[in-house]
Amino acid sequence: MPYIAMKNVSKEYGDQVVLERLNNRVEQGEFITIVGASGCGKTTFLKMLLGTEVPSRGQILLENQTLSPEPDENRGIVFQRYSVFPHMTVLQNVLFAKEVAQSSLLGRLFGAKRKQAMEQSLSMIEAVGLSHAQNKYPHELSGGMQQRLAIAQSLIKKPRILLLDEPFGALDPGIRKDMHKLVLKLWRQYKLTIFMITHDIKEGFYLGTRLWVFDKIRNDPHAPNAYGAAITYDLPVGACEAKVFQEIDQNLSKTNTAQKNIGEQSNG
Amino acid sequence: MPRRLINRQPSKPTRVALGILPFLMLIAIYMMASHQRLLENPSDKLLPAMSSFANSIERMAFSENQRTGTYLFWDDTVSSMQRICIAVSISAFIGLLFGVANGAIPYIRAKLSPLITAISLIPPMAILPILFIVFGLGELAKVMLIVIGIAPFLIRDMQQRTLEVPAEQIIKAQTLGANSWHIILRVIVPQVVPRLISSVRLSLGSAWLFLIAAEAIASTEGLGYRIFLVRRYLAMDIILPYVIWITFLAFVFDFVLKKTSQKLFPWFHGSLKES
Repeated sequence: MPYIAMKNVSKEYGDQVVLERLNNRVEQGEFITIVGASGCGKTTFLKMLLGTEVPSRGQILLENQTLSPEPDENRGIVFQRYSVFPHMTVLQNVLFAKEVAQSSLLGRLFGAKRKQAMEQSLSMIEAVGLSHAQNKYPHELSGGMQQRLAIAQSLIKKPRILLLDEPFGALDPGIRKDMHKLVLKLWRQYKLTIFMITHDIKEGFYLGTRLWVFDKIRNDPHAPNAYGAAITYDLPVGACEAKVFQEIDQNLSKTNTAQKNIGEQSNG
Repeated sequence: MPRRLINRQPSKPTRVALGILPFLMLIAIYMMASHQRLLENPSDKLLPAMSSFANSIERMAFSENQRTGTYLFWDDTVSSMQRICIAVSISAFIGLLFGVANGAIPYIRAKLSPLITAISLIPPMAILPILFIVFGLGELAKVMLIVIGIAPFLIRDMQQRTLEVPAEQIIKAQTLGANSWHIILRVIVPQVVPRLISSVRLSLGSAWLFLIAAEAIASTEGLGYRIFLVRRYLAMDIILPYVIWITFLAFVFDFVLKKTSQKLFPWFHGSLKES
């Protein structure tokens, strides 16, 4: 039994077909990076895994159970921005999940329970390297530190799938490298199953165990919305050659140009 | 080479001095004009001299009224402040309650939002007679006028602020195991309360307007009542100090709210440009 199975998953909005017949399976502990041209349904796919979108056809199974159609504790998410609570300190942000789990009326913990939850939260904060900032508010943190916080916040729930939506897209290259190290470390340490969207194809080749490329298989220039994207490459990371990398890069830029032309036509 | 005008910043003492200057000029102009008029006609009532102000203030605020045995100025202040404080607190509470419920729960929004929009378009002064008929001439009608005047604005504003809480945060909270109540209580309400305080600050102007209007029409004490009462005797020596006092109270009210908000919500003011 696969951990996650996708069966004929399609997604369309009206006439616009975004994704077509995705069939794939993912085992527990895999780290999948997803790249693709803009508008090729990467984010839509992630939203279906997250539960904020449901497939138009087909289904996604997590250990043989259909995913619930709203976000829940099975899935953790780190967005590019805005995924920490600005009105809570670092510690309160991480503590939040523990508090709502144990206090259904107030969503707050007191006394011994709070102390225990604090200890767990503090060790999580330490794992992402934010111990020195535990009492700071997010606006006092740099972009990289905010993303570390967002990761800590999710990991304390021990999600069965961790979804990362271009988590490092807004960060400087140097900081991005540190974040890669951190994610790889946490992935091994907590045996996570990760899906990560990136538009940096090098990131895709460096991180994780599998690289998925989302692209349109067919393209009708007269009806650009008639065909959706699918997974065109499914590669084990570390075992492929530079030639493949170039090929993907070329294909994607072709799709990107095609879409840009369409965009310009429809705008003009 | 001197810098451009837009890049030149006055130093702190200069800024304070420049800020005070227009006030001093206004007072000077007033005193000159008043002096001129009083020279021509010593019993002129339009621009009283500073000494008449002092007399009136002494009479109203620091000596017992012969008829009632109380200090009228302070009685007026207390009853007006009571009305406005009660009304603004009720409005803020209603604004928060309905605004957050509307913003957070689509089923409530679908039901209430059109109604609230419609109510907010009714000119409150137009229904003041209805309020007097329904609630009598007592305190309730005056408080209700202010509430009806500002609560719909606060509700709509809070609804908007609630909708502006980034969807990412709401989704994140759900993945952390929060239910709808947790999200409202721990994610939405704490983030909209500082915004509520700024909307209350904005609505204070209207609150004073409605307070004075209600007092002018039916009241037996209050700052607005007094101004409209002594208008019959052209008593500018009482009206002007009252106006300045009301302005000062409004300023203090606003200042206290601003400082309280900065104290309680450092995260909110830290990421904003101060106004």
